[in-house]
Parts: sequence; structure tokens; C-alpha cells
Amino acid sequence: MRLLLGSLVTFLIAAAVGLGATWLTLTRGVAFGSLNVGAWTAWPKSGSVDIDPYARANIARTGELPTGMGDGVAFYARSDDAKNTFDGRCTFVVSGMTPAARYWTITLYDPEGRLVANAIDRHSFTSDEIVRGGNGNFAITVAPLARPGNWLPTGGADKFVLILRLYDTPIGVSTGTTKEGPMPTITRKGCS
Amino acid sequence: MIRALLWILSGLLLGGIVHLSTVLAMPQAAKQDAYSRLSPVTPVNTMVPLPAPTAGQAIMPFMDPAFAAAVCRYDLSNGSIKLTAPVSQAYTSVTFYTRKSVAYYAINDRAAGRRTIELDLMTPVQHADMPEEEDVTAADRLIIESPSTVGLIVLRALAPEPGLMPMARQALAAAKCELQPVDQ
Repeated sequence: MRLLLGSLVTFLIAAAVGLGATWLTLTRGVAFGSLNVGAWTAWPKSGSVDIDPYARANIARTGELPTGMGDGVAFYARSDDAKNTFDGRCTFVVSGMTPAARYWTITLYDPEGRLVANAIDRHSFTSDEIVRGGNGNFAITVAPLARPGNWLPTGGADKFVLILRLYDTPIGVSTGTTKEGPMPTITRKGCS
Repeated sequence: MIRALLWILSGLLLGGIVHLSTVLAMPQAAKQDAYSRLSPVTPVNTMVPLPAPTAGQAIMPFMDPAFAAAVCRYDLSNGSIKLTAPVSQAYTSVTFYTRKSVAYYAINDRAAGRRTIELDLMTPVQHADMPEEEDVTAADRLIIESPSTVGLIVLRALAPEPGLMPMARQALAAAKCELQPVDQ
């Protein structure tokens, strides 16, 4: 009886811990070899054969195709520099400069990777479209309501993700370097 | 007391094994991976343009909406694949994925260095079987070895602004993915 009870407890713990850890790591997007700059995180190895098992499992689950190393590198942000999680009812400003790249794009998705519906059908900016200041710096206002300048609408989504993709860039190709140059800063400007 | 601790400890250990095996099994078990999503709309060994992602609909999550994309779902069991892709004005890239979405090779237009990206995709066995003299003349031919017999070639052309999207699509429309049957 004691044996039965004991093994039952063991199996219950095993199932809870094992499946719980898998669920957590896959939904949080845990992967090794990340490149962190401010609020931005990239996993350059996920675009190569050196992809780790966690990233492989995550890609299989979501159904996405990762950006290949040699094509570019994708930086994800889920919160601002002060770790405030992105909320579509708030206003965030993404500003500054990007590292060297032939082109870059910045896109807003919901946490599942879908584009968010909005009145002006704007989901992203490319490096060519962006309106820059005199010094070459730019500022993108990510907000639910229309703003002058570079306005990226949140569509009022509960949570969102920003992805900055650098194409034809030396970043991430030479792994191990953490000084990756200037990445845009992200700051919250209040919530409606 | 000690006995209870032992049960818990073995539960934790077993949990670790469960965790690792589920993570490793996920790519095999996934039913909604990119290859499965694309299979119904992509005939084999043919370059097919993908519909642009919109707020309501996208064939895959996290697609870059600034790009026009085309896919060739390849099967190398009957020969190698010759890929020809004219380069668009702004930026074009080709990425090769295995059946399990691992990006094993990617190249962009500048690295390819020509007006047209030309690549030969084959299995390691097909590469080894190539006649030697052909290999020599192939010095300026880019040969890619696919780690799996089936997989995906994804061609992406950037539209730096929305008005240039038709041009990016046009460049992709001229791309070809052709099976080169083994001549016996």
C-alpha cells in the first residue's frame, strides 16, 4: 500500500515537474546563446544548424520559419528598457539608431505572431520608410491612437511583441560578441 | 520521513527526464510546423508565391510583412534541384530549411554576387555521385547539400516601401525551382 502510494506521488510529481517545465520553457521562449541588448533579445543560432533543442521545439510548436543566419537576425522585445511589459493601451517610444545592416524592419505582432488589425493597416516600418531627424536618429511611437511622425498602431491589443529584423548584417554572425553597437531604446510614455 | 523524501526526489528526477524527452520529441510530434502548414498549398518541387500576411490571416506566424515570399517544397528523392532566382531591386534572400524547420543555409543577393541567384541543391549522396569533371566546371556553381531529402526553400524579396511590393512580387514570380532528373 505504501509502495503504491509512494510511486503514485512520484509519478504525479514527475508529470507536474516535467510537463510544467516543458510548457514554461516553450511559452517563455527559452533558448541558449541569446544576444541581449537593452530590451532586445536575439537568438542568432536559431537561424543555423547549431539551433538548440529548446528553440527547435519552440519553432515546431509555433510553426514559424526562423530568419536564417546569412539572411539576417531578428531581435525580439516584449517589454521596454525598464521591464514594463508591452501593453497595447500604453504609448511606447522606440528611438535611437540601429546597428549596421543593409536594411531593417520593425514589426508589431500579438504574442502568437499574428499581425494586429488597425485602422491604417500599418504593421511595420522598413529602414527606407522611416522619417528621421537631422542626425539620422529616428523615433517610432507605438500607441493605440494616431500620432504625428512614425506611428506604429497597437490596435489596442492586450500584449504585443516588437521584432527588429536586421538584414545583411555582421551582427550575430561572429558569435560571442556582446558589444553589438547601438540598439534603439524603448521607453513608456504613459497609458490611456 | 526519509522514505517520503526519497519518493519526492525520484519524482523530481523522473520529472527532469519527462521534461527533456518532451522537448526533444516536440519537433517529431508537432502537427502545425511550417512544413505541415505549407504542404497543402505547395505542390512539390515548384516555386509558389505565398500570400502576404494580413491581420486576419497568415500561413505562418511571425512573417515579415515588408517581404514578398515564395516557397519551393522540395523532394530530392528523384534528383537534385536547380534554383534560379532573379534578384529584386532592394534585397533578396534565399533560405533553406529542413523538414523540421532548421535553417541550414541562407544567402542574400550581395553574397551571391550576381543578377541571378543560381544554386544546386542535392543530397550528400547525389553530390558524391557527381562526375568529377562536372565538379570542376561547377566551380562557379554554388552547390548546397541538404541534410534531409525533403525540405523548404524560401525566397524573400524586400519591398522597402508598400508601393514597391508589386515589383518584389514580380521578381519572385520569375524564380524557378526545377528538378534535375538523374540521367542514367
